[in-house]
Amino acid sequence: MSRILAFIFRRRGHGRGWHWTDIATWIWLIGGTILMFGPALWLVASSFKGPAQLAEFPPTLLPYVQQTAMVEGYDAPLPLYTTTQEDGSTKVLAEIRRIGVNSQMVDPGNPGERINVNIADRSPVREIGLATGNYVEPLVKNNFLRFLWNSVFVTVMATLITLFTNSMAAFALSKYRFRGRDGVMLLIVATLMVPLSVILVPLYSVVNAMGLLNSLWGVILPTVATPTGVFLLRQYMLTIPDELLEAARMDHASEWQIYWRIVLPLAAPALAVLAIFSVVWRWNDFLWPLIVLSQREHYTLQVGLNTYAGELNVQWHYILAMTVVTMIPVILVFLFLQRFITTGIAGAGIK
Amino acid sequence: MAGLGETLGRAAAWPFTLVARAVDPPLRVWQRWTGTGGMAAVFLAPNLAIFGVFVLIPLVLNFVYSMTGGTGILLDQRPFIGMEQYGRLLECEDYTRRITCREDQFWTAVTNTTGFVIFQVTLMVVVSLITALILNRNIRGRGFFRAVFFFPVLLSPVVVGLIWRWILQREGLLNLIAVNLGLEPEIWLNDRFYAFAATIGVSTWAHMGFYTLILLAGLQAIPRDLYEAAEMDATPPARVFWRITLPLLGPNFAVVLVLALIRSVQIFDEVYVLTGGGPGTSTLYLTQYIYEVGFASILRNPGLAAAASILMGAVLVVLTLLQLRLSRRAEGRRAR
Amino acid sequence: MKFTMTSFAALAVAGFGSVAFAQDRTEIRVMWYSDGIEGEIMQDLLDRFEESHPEIDVVLDNVAYQVIQEQLPIQLASGQGPDIARVTNLKEQAEHWLDLREYVEDPAYWETNFGDRFDWMRPDGSDAIPGFMTQLTLTGGFANKTLFEQAGVEMPGEGATWDDWIAASKEVMESQQLPAAFAIDRSGHRISAGTASYGANYIGDDGMPAPIDDGTMSFATKLVEWTEEGLMLPEVWVSAAGTTYRAATDDFINAQIPFYYSGSWLIANLSTKIGDAFDWVAIGTPCGTEACAGLAGGAGLVGIKYTQHPEEVAVVMDYLASEEVLREFTERTLFLPAHKGVVEAGGLNFQTDDPNVAPALEKFIAASGESSPLTDALPAWKWGNAYYGTLVTRISQVMAGEISLDEARSMMDQDIADQVGTASQ
Repeated sequence: MSRILAFIFRRRGHGRGWHWTDIATWIWLIGGTILMFGPALWLVASSFKGPAQLAEFPPTLLPYVQQTAMVEGYDAPLPLYTTTQEDGSTKVLAEIRRIGVNSQMVDPGNPGERINVNIADRSPVREIGLATGNYVEPLVKNNFLRFLWNSVFVTVMATLITLFTNSMAAFALSKYRFRGRDGVMLLIVATLMVPLSVILVPLYSVVNAMGLLNSLWGVILPTVATPTGVFLLRQYMLTIPDELLEAARMDHASEWQIYWRIVLPLAAPALAVLAIFSVVWRWNDFLWPLIVLSQREHYTLQVGLNTYAGELNVQWHYILAMTVVTMIPVILVFLFLQRFITTGIAGAGIK
Repeated sequence: MAGLGETLGRAAAWPFTLVARAVDPPLRVWQRWTGTGGMAAVFLAPNLAIFGVFVLIPLVLNFVYSMTGGTGILLDQRPFIGMEQYGRLLECEDYTRRITCREDQFWTAVTNTTGFVIFQVTLMVVVSLITALILNRNIRGRGFFRAVFFFPVLLSPVVVGLIWRWILQREGLLNLIAVNLGLEPEIWLNDRFYAFAATIGVSTWAHMGFYTLILLAGLQAIPRDLYEAAEMDATPPARVFWRITLPLLGPNFAVVLVLALIRSVQIFDEVYVLTGGGPGTSTLYLTQYIYEVGFASILRNPGLAAAASILMGAVLVVLTLLQLRLSRRAEGRRAR
Repeated sequence: MKFTMTSFAALAVAGFGSVAFAQDRTEIRVMWYSDGIEGEIMQDLLDRFEESHPEIDVVLDNVAYQVIQEQLPIQLASGQGPDIARVTNLKEQAEHWLDLREYVEDPAYWETNFGDRFDWMRPDGSDAIPGFMTQLTLTGGFANKTLFEQAGVEMPGEGATWDDWIAASKEVMESQQLPAAFAIDRSGHRISAGTASYGANYIGDDGMPAPIDDGTMSFATKLVEWTEEGLMLPEVWVSAAGTTYRAATDDFINAQIPFYYSGSWLIANLSTKIGDAFDWVAIGTPCGTEACAGLAGGAGLVGIKYTQHPEEVAVVMDYLASEEVLREFTERTLFLPAHKGVVEAGGLNFQTDDPNVAPALEKFIAASGESSPLTDALPAWKWGNAYYGTLVTRISQVMAGEISLDEARSMMDQDIADQVGTASQ
């Protein structure tokens, strides 16, 4: 292993031909690209399949619909099948109805005559087609704009509050010496150890006692004091030289001004990273909003899409389609900010 | 880079600049009165207030819950029973066979989680390190590839679980590929080994981008002349890796290890959606056990769940402190 | 950035604009989950209600079933919640339901038409009118008639046993090269119809849970054997831990199994997804040694005790429970009717042109006449879920090869004892 790592690591000199490590690198990168994007693309393709096609085995790569044809003498379009004749040739026929294992068919070119075909000898004629109803129906029926607004509100407010409270706390923890500082830091880091999903009941009691149930603030507030944010910002602020602060104090700047005019701008890369993470986290939050929000005018997108999960039946075609819809903003963030996200984290790098 | 950060920061800040100006005079008065030490309290207050109410109080309540019994949901409906829940979790007739334990599923979850953490953290670190090393090379389209590996980090755990379930289930993509290659389709998630491997692979898939970037940041901070010197001495690459790269990556490596370990022990959403803990109980991990006992099952037992979560938290604290101690000692040795 | 700010503002306007609540109307909130289209039909019925009752604003909150299961109980425990809710755990939470007796227009109408099932949703010994069943369900089997015909296998007739059905399905499986012969939902409720047909009894003389008996074990043994022989579709039971519910509906729809044991609630779903692909029939519950009865259940609509507006709740409930409205609801949802008047009047005009649906519904209505002591008692028994939960958890573990049947038996007894112990702390 170490040898492989070392070889991959070694920088190739200029002007030489392809070394095997270059090939390994490109295999890793291209394989990685397929592995990272492929699964999401499969989800998108599946979201355009109708409910019956989703249950199909073996599955098809692309969404299909059965072709139909109008046949003279029939009001509704009839489904088309490729049938195998007795002599082994195949012919496209339209099915009138199926009775048991027998299918009554008709030749679209010769509507007068009925043909009986065993269902084992027919297979549907299909073409690529999108079940757009998966998207249209939930968007029309649900108050989608309202859900979107709630999600945006939660995401933006939570992110703003996170940035301000966390940066202030990080400033205090990195630039002041006071008694109990290490204790506070330890306390904050220690809460990293307990995930939300295991303290649901006590947290619910607290939110309930504060009257925040069925309120977007009940979703926002418990998430904003994230230990990760304080930790990340503090580590970054430690790298800001104290001399800068001292110089400002000489110029009679107040502590608040030092925080606001000097430390915050200098911490911008770390703030940006936290902002992006906060947006992604809050946008994707699922379990907690589901517990706090039970009135539909307060639903966020993630809660709204889950109403298609019943007791005995889950309407997957809607859930998949709405999952894709909720992914779109995240992908937009990704497309527009990808350079920024990746270099930002590298820049903010935990020192 | 910093330019974009500043512009964004300033644009987002403009409505708040006014507020910031307005709070300055009263804070100056406060500062004069308490000194700069008092200002630390001001800066800490908002975060600590929210933190106290929504994190600390629930944590303390959680501890109280762990010492109560009954099926009541709210504390005032629950009688105090002392340490009984802990006793129930830890009680076994024969400590070598976990099915003789009173809460055999808890022990199953502990065993499974241990296995998961060992394999997942190892895989995570190895894969992120390889990817970081590759991305640190001088390759075309580096920015693009850096983003590619980061993409899954943006997805919610529920979506990650859903995506992979849609690939691994019987009607999934993997079987489509298998059938086209002329292989027998397989019910992947019905096999203990595949299901366990899937939970490890999928959680690594979802989070490796994050760790890759932290490691990449560390790699880029290593001074180039060190490598140039090594090249001049014709040092073997393996030696360069062990003697220069790894030691200088140290602090970032420690962060990755600590975070990966904590998140790995807490694994939940992706796996819950992906395997539901099956087949049998072979991918039942601790957080799922706690969630089901305390919240999701019809006959919930919040006290037992709280006790289990406290045991889990305690183990995590010990592991983290141990790791930090070890990495600090390693750093100290290097400094000398 | 400017662009984003303006679009946020536009969204804000759109968001606020679309929700306008009249202040002078009494707001009644109904928490509702849907397995299919019943939420839309309910919304439609409530829209009509609001036209005739402008003073009441009924808001239908469509939620995930998970919310009903996990969140509603906490709300109720803290004395909160919606005004009306559609709930399946009717008995355990009975203390939270509003007694509508003094509010409804005609208690006698309620008694006559819903009285048989009040015990499912009120504490033992109470005479309250807590609500009504929106839907009655009965567990039962479905067979893929076309697959049987293709295989040339005769479908077992009336009075056929579980073994007969599995044997016949096995023949179909072998001739048609299917992955399995049958499947049963991963649910303690579903398999309790099976254990009951082998004479199981869950209920002790004192009303508390009895130890796992031989009847339960004999059906559990069969399930495990069928899984080991590859007759029972393994992924439904094996591939989940704990009490997670899993259905095999998709495998039946996809003609992968000729025989599927689930329940009446599937009829609408099967009809839309199977369409014309094959003919399917409902077959009731196969017989064991003692009985051939399915297990009844369903979802009830109940008023919540903590409502501020009990009178208005009763007005809404009176409307929804009226024979005319319930008849329409039943006909459009393809549910089994839970209203005595509707059942007796018969002649339900189910709104479907699928020829498989009407016979299936009739079969279930007929099968609901079958009974056994256990299936009669279970829906109104408080400890049902304790039993169901451990049955699912432990039998799956046996199927996965983690424990033996004997170990499972003692572990199930231990689980139930723990549940009872916890509840009495």
